[in-house]
Amino acid sequence: MNLRLPSETVRLLIPALSLTALLAAVFWLQPRAMSYIGLNLLFNLAVPIALATIAQMLIMAVNNLDLSMGAFVSFVACVAATFLHDTPLLGWLILLAAIAAYAALGVIIHLRDLPSIVVTLGMSFVWTGLAVLLLPAPGGQAPEWARWLMTAKPPLVPMAIVASILIALVGHLIVMRSSFGVLVRGVGGNERSVERAGWSVLAARAGAYGLAGAFAVAAGIALVGLTTSADANIALRYTLLSIAGVILGGGEFVGGRVSPIGAVIGALTLTLAGSFLSFLRISPDWQIGAQGAILVIVLALRLLLNRLENRERRR
Amino acid sequence: MNIREILLASAAALCVGLPVSASADTSDKTIALSNNYAGNSWRQAMLTSWNKVTGQAVADGVVAAADAFTTAENQVTEQAAQIQNMILQGYDAIVLNAASPEGLNGAVKEACDAGIVVVSFDGIVTEPCAWRIAVDFHEMGRSQIEYLAGRLPDGGNLLEIRGLAGVFVDDEISGGIHAGVEEHPQFEIVGSVHGDWAQDVAQKAVAGILPSLPKIDAVVTQGGDGYGAAQAFAATDREMPIIIMGNRHDELTWWKEQKDANGYETMSVSIAPGVSTLAFWVAQQILDGKEVPKDLTVPFLRIDQDNLEEGLANTEPGGVANIEYSQEDALEVIQAAM
Repeated sequence: MNLRLPSETVRLLIPALSLTALLAAVFWLQPRAMSYIGLNLLFNLAVPIALATIAQMLIMAVNNLDLSMGAFVSFVACVAATFLHDTPLLGWLILLAAIAAYAALGVIIHLRDLPSIVVTLGMSFVWTGLAVLLLPAPGGQAPEWARWLMTAKPPLVPMAIVASILIALVGHLIVMRSSFGVLVRGVGGNERSVERAGWSVLAARAGAYGLAGAFAVAAGIALVGLTTSADANIALRYTLLSIAGVILGGGEFVGGRVSPIGAVIGALTLTLAGSFLSFLRISPDWQIGAQGAILVIVLALRLLLNRLENRERRR
Repeated sequence: MNIREILLASAAALCVGLPVSASADTSDKTIALSNNYAGNSWRQAMLTSWNKVTGQAVADGVVAAADAFTTAENQVTEQAAQIQNMILQGYDAIVLNAASPEGLNGAVKEACDAGIVVVSFDGIVTEPCAWRIAVDFHEMGRSQIEYLAGRLPDGGNLLEIRGLAGVFVDDEISGGIHAGVEEHPQFEIVGSVHGDWAQDVAQKAVAGILPSLPKIDAVVTQGGDGYGAAQAFAATDREMPIIIMGNRHDELTWWKEQKDANGYETMSVSIAPGVSTLAFWVAQQILDGKEVPKDLTVPFLRIDQDNLEEGLANTEPGGVANIEYSQEDALEVIQAAM
C-alpha cells in the first residue's frame, strides 16, 4: 500500500466494503429492494440494533462486555409499551432510573474490581424478570410519537438510512471528537496512565455505562416504535448481535479501539446478511451457520488487513 | 416489476376484486408461509401438509408459487425481518403462524400497506388489517361436556385433567369445560389435576389423586394426557371411565385396542396441523376477490367411534391426527363466518 491512510480509515474500510458488497448482492438478487420503500424495509429493523451496538461499543471501549444488552432492551421495550404510553411522566422516570442503574453498575464494577461479564449476566436475569412482571403476556402499545418517528417518511432518503447516519454521527462526535470520548477510550487503552494524568477513571467508567444505558433505552423505544407492541423476550438476540456488530465494524474487545461509524455499519451488515440469505432461499437449518460464515469471512479479511498494516509499519 | 408496478397491480387486483365477480384468476399469484418454529411434531406435520397441498395447487396452476419459510430462531424480531423480506420479494399473500400476537403488528401493517393479503392462523396477530383463523379452545372444552351429556344423560362424576398451569390455552379449555358443566348441572367435577399435555405427567397426577376420589364416570382432558389417564385407571380395580382423547397416536392406538377388546366407546378432539392448508386456501380465496370476514374459526378435527380406524391411519406414530383441507373446506369455513 503506497497510500498512507490513517489507521482509523483503514479500520473502517473493511466493514464499509463488506456492506457495499452485500448490498450489491441483495440488489442483484432482488432489484425491488433498490427503491425508497425497499431500502426502508431492508434496514428499518437495523435501527434499534445499531443503537444497541453503539451502547455495547461504549461498554467495550472501557474493556468491559455487557451480556445483559438484549434483556435490558427488552425491558425498555416493555416500559415503553406500557408506562411510557399510559403515563409518560412515570415512564420517563423509570427509564431515567434504569440509566442511573447502568451508571451505578459501572461504579460497582470499577470499585469492587468485578468481572463485567458476571455482573451483567446476573443483571440480565433482573431485567428479564422485571420485563415479565411488566408484561406477563405480549401486549402493550407503542407511544404515538415513537410510532410516528419510526414510520416517518422523509423526502428522498428513507427513515432507516437517515436514522443510521444520525446515530453514527452522534456516536462519532461523542466517542471520537469529545474530551469525554478520549477519556473513555483512554481508560480502555491504558487505565493506569489515565489515572496518573489526574483523571477519574471511576467517573469515566460510570459515564460510559450511563451513556450506554441511554443508547440502549433509545434502542428499546425504537424497537417498540417498529413493532407497535412488546413482549418480555422481544430483543434477546440483541446481546450477541450488538457484540458481533461492534467487532464486525472494526472494534476490538480490549484496548479502547472502537469505531462508532463502524459499529453502525456492522449492525447494518448483520441485518442485511439475514435478508441476503433469505433471498438466496437458503433453508433455515443452514441460515445460522451461513450467517456465522459471513462473520468469519469478514473477520478473516480484517485479520489479513491488520497483518498487511503491521508489515508496512515494520518496513 | 418495480414497487410502483406492484402497487398499481395490487390496486388493480383490489378494484377487480371488489365487485361480485369472484372469478378473478389467481394462477399468477404467489403466496408465502411465514413460520416461526419447526421444533415439534405438530409443526413438522404442519409444514409437510403445506408442502403437499400447495405443491399440488402449484402443479394444477391454481397459484404460481407457495413457498414456506421458517425463521432460524423463534424470535419476534427475526420473524418481523422475514415478513419484510417477503414484502420485498413481492408475494401477493403471506400466510403467517406468528411468534407473538402483538409483536409483529408493525411488520404486518407494512405488508398490508404494500397491498399484500396477510392471513394468520394458529398463532394469530391482532393487527386489524390481517385475517385471523383462530382456534376456539373454549368451544373445544365445552364440546366434551356436550358429548358426555349425550352418553350419560343422568350425569355423573368428572375428573378434569388440565394442561400447563398459567398458559392461556389451558385457561380457555378449562373455562369451556366449566361452562359446559354449568349448562349440564347433572355433571360434577370432583377432582382436577395438571397433566401438562404429557402422558407421563398425566399418569402420575391421576394415580396420585385417584385414591381420594369417588367413582369416576368420565375424564375430560386437553389432549396428550388421555393415554396416561387410562394407564393410571388400568393400574387400579376401578371401572374404566369414558376418557376423552386428544388425537395423539398413543391415545388413538389404546382406544382402538379397547374398542376391539370390549367395545369401549369415546371420542377424540383436537386441532389438525393441516390447518396451514386451510389458511392457504383462505388466502387464495381472498386473492380471488372473494369477500372474507376477518375472523374465522378453525374447525376441530373430531374422531368418533365409527371413524376411529380412518383417523388412526392418518396419524403418524408419535404424532397427532391430521387432515389436509381442500378449497371446498375453506369455502365452508368462510360461509360459516358470514
